Amino acid sequence: MNNVFGNKRAVLVFVGPALLVYSAVMLVPVLWSLGYTFFTGSVITGFKFAGFDNFTKLLSDPKAGDALLFTLKYAVILTVGQVLVGYALSLLYVFWLRKASSLVRTLVFFPIVLPTVAVSLLFQKMFEVAPQNGIVNEFLNLFGIASVDWFGSADTAFLVLVIMDIWRSMGFYAVLLYAGLLDIPEEVMESARLDGAGGLTLIRRIVIPLSLPVLLSSIIFSINGTLKVFDSVLALTNGGPGSSTTPLTLLMFRTAFSYGDYGYGSTIALALTLICLLVTIFIFRSSRRDLTKA
Amino acid sequence: MTVTASAPARVSSSANAARPVRRRRRMTPRRALDVTLKTLVIGLLLAVTVLPLIWLLLGSLKTQTEWLNNPSWALPENFLNFENYATAWVDGDIGRYILNSALATFPSLALIVVLGVAAGFALEVLVWRGRGGVLLLFLAGIMVPGQMILLPLFSAYFQTHLTGTIWPLILTYTATGLPLTVFMMATYFRAVPREIFEAAAIDGASIYRSFWSIGFPMVQNAVFTVALVQFFFIWNDLLIALTFTSVGDYQTIQVGLLNFTGQFGAVQYGPTFAAIAINVVGILALYLFLNQRVMRGLTAGSVKG
Repeated sequence: MNNVFGNKRAVLVFVGPALLVYSAVMLVPVLWSLGYTFFTGSVITGFKFAGFDNFTKLLSDPKAGDALLFTLKYAVILTVGQVLVGYALSLLYVFWLRKASSLVRTLVFFPIVLPTVAVSLLFQKMFEVAPQNGIVNEFLNLFGIASVDWFGSADTAFLVLVIMDIWRSMGFYAVLLYAGLLDIPEEVMESARLDGAGGLTLIRRIVIPLSLPVLLSSIIFSINGTLKVFDSVLALTNGGPGSSTTPLTLLMFRTAFSYGDYGYGSTIALALTLICLLVTIFIFRSSRRDLTKA
Repeated sequence: MTVTASAPARVSSSANAARPVRRRRRMTPRRALDVTLKTLVIGLLLAVTVLPLIWLLLGSLKTQTEWLNNPSWALPENFLNFENYATAWVDGDIGRYILNSALATFPSLALIVVLGVAAGFALEVLVWRGRGGVLLLFLAGIMVPGQMILLPLFSAYFQTHLTGTIWPLILTYTATGLPLTVFMMATYFRAVPREIFEAAAIDGASIYRSFWSIGFPMVQNAVFTVALVQFFFIWNDLLIALTFTSVGDYQTIQVGLLNFTGQFGAVQYGPTFAAIAINVVGILALYLFLNQRVMRGLTAGSVKG
């Protein structure tokens, strides 16, 4: 039987093609990209060796600093927002709506499957101020509040971006966390109730600690996704006004394709990858320490 | 597939507790308040999710004069005015963009499924040295941001004269889809009892036969779920499509839509709304049809961390 399962040729036949495509189109380019960080230029203009210039440039470039700050700000605010709103919804589903929640779950989930570009363009029109007020401004006018030029200033543009992305993802995180809440053993809940825990105490003392693992994986997933934000920014604000809503991903894209500097672009991409890695490890580590303490 | 499949077990006990109250037929003020509050919250939640889409669909039926002269919340004067859709489809070339998206998406999906299922099978059912390492290698790919591979790929496609064809899209989508697919398929194959494959081997089935007649049919459902998840990723992708279709005629629907507003955006409301609606409605129909599977697939794909 070992002949059947240990058949070397079969291994090659089954895993070989996938490994080949994966290596050629992902692993090799990652290494190649590392090589680019020591060069300047592009495939069209030709490359020139630049030593560590790209790295020193990255550290002193105010644009890169702004983009990094924006990326971190967006990632932190959106991760907190997504997971909090998602968690609130999932608690709502489990403890309040109960059986009635399936339809609500299904409907609130759907924005995540819609194309980001389409959603962004829709939100652009919803928050529009000229030549026509979108429904958001019309709604504000209803209460006597003057129309706001949402995409005219950095803060309001950022706000619209956050609102849109939470709208898109809250149902997804709700379902993700809902599955975790269902895993809490019924006996634990029941005995806590018998001991007199109700409402908020039950949630604070039993539900939150017991759903910590799934909360943690949601946070890691969310932060990894939000650090790489690209589609929604490009389609909604295109980085503007000015470059006030430009994350690292968009800066990298512009550097490489508008200014034709693959070397610096790759350096930014590398920085982004390292940040993702560090943040993931950091969250993982700090959570483990907390768990052993408790 | 029922929607209530995963209703929590604890629901029954609390529902029982509430029943005597309901039997009295007359609502106590407390219960009435509870019901009102619930209805309000559900209503608000659904309004927030669904209203933007309704506004989109209504907006796609309004003419340019209606857009400019009436407030943006006004209903269309003629609910059967599909002119905007015709404009988007013919002048906006939406039909061609959708065709391009299909040309990129479905071959990629086929490749992802074939390669990913086979690799998952080899990594979980076959016994060989280094399979743990290879699985880790695939897993590492989930973490890598797309930006990391774009530039080398752009150079490579440029030098092999693939730029401007559909191949850069198919190759890149296949490779970026593989890590998650391999990982998910390995997980699904783990759930299949080994004894089944061993029994087949004793009966004289070769490993290829085992895969084709036993392994693949047993994970068929999972394969469909995985393919569905990848479909959404690829169809909705902007980064890769934007990078590799800047030249040539293979712009996907997402890139096309982005350019579409560039062309008409500020001036032509109706066609823009119709173009967005075309892009949204198809995906929405697919979701409504397969919602439980999509929800399960997408959330399963995220636990990878």
